[in-house]
Amino acid sequence: MGKFNKGKKRAMAAISTASLPDIVFMLLFFFMMTTVMQTEDEMVKVVRPEVSEVYKIEKKHLIRYINIGQPQDARYGTEPVIQLNDQFAEASAIRDWVDVERLTLAESEQTKMWVSLKVDKDTKMGVVTDVKQELRKASALKVLYSANSRERTGS
Amino acid sequence: MADIAFLLLVFWLVTTTIESDEGVKRQLPPPVPEDLEQQEVKEGDVYNVRTNFRDELLVEKKVLRIDELKAGAKDFLVATGDGILNPVRDNVVLNDGNMMYPERVWVRKGELQILELSYLGAGQTKRAAKVREKIRAIELFGGDYRELPGSALISLQTDRNTSYDLYLQVQNELEAAINELRDELAEAKFNMSYAEMVERYERSKEPSLLDRIMAVRLVYPQRISEAEPRDAGATYY
Repeated sequence: MGKFNKGKKRAMAAISTASLPDIVFMLLFFFMMTTVMQTEDEMVKVVRPEVSEVYKIEKKHLIRYINIGQPQDARYGTEPVIQLNDQFAEASAIRDWVDVERLTLAESEQTKMWVSLKVDKDTKMGVVTDVKQELRKASALKVLYSANSRERTGS
Repeated sequence: MADIAFLLLVFWLVTTTIESDEGVKRQLPPPVPEDLEQQEVKEGDVYNVRTNFRDELLVEKKVLRIDELKAGAKDFLVATGDGILNPVRDNVVLNDGNMMYPERVWVRKGELQILELSYLGAGQTKRAAKVREKIRAIELFGGDYRELPGSALISLQTDRNTSYDLYLQVQNELEAAINELRDELAEAKFNMSYAEMVERYERSKEPSLLDRIMAVRLVYPQRISEAEPRDAGATYY
């Protein structure tokens, strides 16, 4: 009865590792897709105007943002509000805000700070003017009116 | 499978751009001391642009559409001829008492050289350097040019109820006017647009490029000033 060979144990087949790279890649992609770079939440609705003469700031770490527009959340009304970091603020708070933000930069770069104004295009200039006046008082004079680029018209 | 994954990876790498901010760049003026007296400026030297609460433009006391503004501003800047590309406009009489435009004046190399020496003799090195810059520009252009008087500027006054979009469009058109003039001049003299020169300089930091950029800027300086905001309830026009 030699049909059932009990003595020789069959070695367990090794699990194929050929698909391991695929699995690793899948994981990699999963992380790549789901990772969001940390940016500040916009609490106001901003539709940027379109302009032809754009200037691009390469050194992003020098930019601090002020958002102005209608609140996203209708409970805060429809009047344009100013957003500093992640809260609404009055124009009068800008001077202190600038001082604080300036200190987050290296000393050698404190004079190079940019303030980017992300303003909704339907906002009335009154609010923007107030903000600009406060920025001048705070000596934050380098300003970028954030906008999308378009072609030059006419000429 | 791994190939496909690599393809995807490469695609993702190529299409992702690190977001950077872009828009219209402006340098705000420092706060004005309250006791500052207003300077008298010749009326022709200022190009007045005002916007009102109905998003209308009043330019030099005429109502203008936004798409006419650029041509108007260019006219203002070169009406009396820059001595290089743009001749004096036909309808402009030079040395007229009530000119509508700022009168550009000749800067001549010979005079500048004497001026530079006198500044150097007096130890005023900063002023001498400024004169030197103009001499350099003349050398680069291969001839004298006419410069805008120091008081010539574009003045923008915005009502509090103007929309931000119009405000930025006005700023943009004014800058476009200056940039177009700069482009034309740079193209004619250096075979390269002004924008391209600036871009190349940012990358290479080549001093000869900087000289050319400064030369073009001397002929067409960017002088856009914003009027101090008036009190709310100021009269409409």
